[in-house]
Amino acid sequence: MERHYLLGNEAIAHACLETGIGFVSGYPGTPSSEVIDVLRVQKDPAYYVEWSVNEKVALENALAAAWCGIRALCTMKHVGLNVAADPLMTSAYTGVTGGLVIMSADDPFAHSSQNEQDTRCYAHFSRLPCLDPSGVQEAHDMIATAFEISEEFSLPVLFRPTTRICHSKGDVELGPVVRNTKKGEFHKDPRQYVVIPAHTRILHKKLNEKQHALKKRLVERGLNYYTIRGKTAVIASGIGASYVQELLPPGVSFMKIGAYPIDEEWLGKFAQQHDKILVIEELAPVVEETVRQVAGCVPVFGKINGYAPYEGELSPAVVALIMTKTGFLEKNPFASQDPVQNLPSRPPILCAGCHHRAAFYAMKKVFGESAIYPSDIGCYTLGIQLGAVDTTICMGASITVGSGIAHSGESRDIVCTIGDSTFLHTGIQGLMNAVYNGANMTVIILDNRITAMTGHQPNPNTGITATGVETPPVSLDAVCRSCGATFVETVDPYDLTGMLRVLEAAKKKTGVKVIIAKQMCVIVARRSGVKRGVYAVNPETCTGCGTCVRFGCPAIEIIDKKARITELCSGCAVCVRICPVGAISREAKK
Amino acid sequence: MTKSFDILIVGIGGQGTILASNILGEACLFEDRHVKGAETHGMAQRGGSVETHIRIDGLYGPLIVPGTADLLISFDLLEALRYSHYLKSGGKMVVNRHMVLPTSAFTQKSPLPTEDEVVAQLARFDPCLIDADRIATEAGSSLAQNVVILGAASWSIPLNAESLLGAVKKLVPPKTVEANVKAFEMGRIFGRT
Repeated sequence: MERHYLLGNEAIAHACLETGIGFVSGYPGTPSSEVIDVLRVQKDPAYYVEWSVNEKVALENALAAAWCGIRALCTMKHVGLNVAADPLMTSAYTGVTGGLVIMSADDPFAHSSQNEQDTRCYAHFSRLPCLDPSGVQEAHDMIATAFEISEEFSLPVLFRPTTRICHSKGDVELGPVVRNTKKGEFHKDPRQYVVIPAHTRILHKKLNEKQHALKKRLVERGLNYYTIRGKTAVIASGIGASYVQELLPPGVSFMKIGAYPIDEEWLGKFAQQHDKILVIEELAPVVEETVRQVAGCVPVFGKINGYAPYEGELSPAVVALIMTKTGFLEKNPFASQDPVQNLPSRPPILCAGCHHRAAFYAMKKVFGESAIYPSDIGCYTLGIQLGAVDTTICMGASITVGSGIAHSGESRDIVCTIGDSTFLHTGIQGLMNAVYNGANMTVIILDNRITAMTGHQPNPNTGITATGVETPPVSLDAVCRSCGATFVETVDPYDLTGMLRVLEAAKKKTGVKVIIAKQMCVIVARRSGVKRGVYAVNPETCTGCGTCVRFGCPAIEIIDKKARITELCSGCAVCVRICPVGAISREAKK
Repeated sequence: MTKSFDILIVGIGGQGTILASNILGEACLFEDRHVKGAETHGMAQRGGSVETHIRIDGLYGPLIVPGTADLLISFDLLEALRYSHYLKSGGKMVVNRHMVLPTSAFTQKSPLPTEDEVVAQLARFDPCLIDADRIATEAGSSLAQNVVILGAASWSIPLNAESLLGAVKKLVPPKTVEANVKAFEMGRIFGRT
């Protein structure tokens, strides 16, 4: 046994290596991405690993591998599970032979997400087991259990860590790596794998019949457990359980829920031994609803009666407040602390030299304030700070929202922005639909050749696979043309003049116009040693008009009414073209 | 209640708060102690305000409650003020005496305090203010500012300086070990005064 200080996702990845994993797929999404990022760089892996184009593709791949008898892992963020929901629901019917663990990482407080949905609801919906860790060590240890349960019950198992597990660190005991020795083999069995109505009705019955034993087994495996200490009890799950354990006074019983479905009979016996129960869990009241079903006349405190919040994430301070309000703590151990008010905010921003900023600048210059700018999910969502993002709903929805607005009768210009990875994820269908049905709009594909926001994972536009093997990249131009678009232009957004010219041409035409704004992600460029020179402001010429700082590049600041370029400059030179008095130029080498 | 020693490290995405966290975590392993931490990843870290929680001897959750941190380490003046309510009464504060101007000040024209104004507001915490850029450059790499600040804070951290230095050697890129060791030692000397 070795002890390491690891990120939750690193511990989860190592746990997969300890289980003889044979197949790994997923689509990046915060907070899930680092699991595959660890697995894809292992030397001489005994498993197949890919970044898939989207979560549905990833899950179908992993499911099929598990049908062939090898252990498979599929990773995604919570909203990715919506994309994969179609295969998920029926995978519960077909079941698996090799273990299949579907990691869907939830993001309470939406640190880096568009909503706060709860993967446990999908577990209930699909009737699949779900494991819910409360810390980094437990997340590690649950992976082996998840594979064992998956194989015992021939069911995919959902594994649901949250941001505070995935992006927490802790000292973790690791086990030895076990190499996969199995080779996948598909055994034809249409009654299992062809879900025509006659088969699926039987498979549904089988799924339902598994539930009773499954609930019992989750308790037997120690995933759900309790300690009786008195007449009142706290029942907690996920990271909330660790906050409760830190605060729990003596004489209060504690139940920890680490897996679903919960055995109601077992839960009911526990509930009946107490006079008062508090439920602590993040997101949906999944545990609480089950507790209420079995608690009879024992009072239950939680979200449903307003003692705990439905939204946001828990913290020791929030849990202490709930425990005080409900009488589980006599006195709140934490005094409330007010942060210093009115400090200038420091939200995340596009990097210095990010070409998305240049593309947004050109787009707004040509189409103006009145045009409508549907956008999508990626670094470029930060373009909201530049007034360049009017809508974001989910992956791939910029083009579809754009065509919907166009067909609604709205007459203003519509300019959609979407990243290359997002376009390949679920954007293509929207483009095909918009062209075929005759929408009038412009689509700018912000093409930085990589999935940048989640940590630079390659996609089919990059030209390398997850493991770094070179492979021919798809041609975005050819994809767009095959969707029926006839105006498809590729332009370098650092070339502001060229970018403006192409946008002007698009503005004059009807139909769906596609502009591929292509340039390497500035972080990738820096890491691969691209040097573009450094730029400086001539203080003699600078009038302090502020045009350059309103461009929003973090490498430009104004001190004493003169602009200054800091060491963050990456040399994109877009500001040179923006400065109305020509005060910015390349710095001579010292 | 656990008796962990709670450190909040704050700064701006890209300044090396995660490396600092790793150094503290690794040093805990050297001393066979438990440790918990929480970090900012993903979109939230793109040049934004970031916070890293470290709980030495922590057994449960990774988050520190406002008003209870034993030590606040800040890689930026303004961020020290933003997170100052995390510090417990009598807690120690070690702060880089430099402020990166937030871009929002220009794009949203929000009023910006000067460095001296921030220093005056921090005075009630009796902070150790350190010119990390100057010391790191002197040590051989301006990129080692995070290690300089960690060195200065090391007097307040309940871990042996040898463990911290060992962790620095283990975790920084091999080519930069010498500069980082020097940065740690120079920071440590500064922090004593």
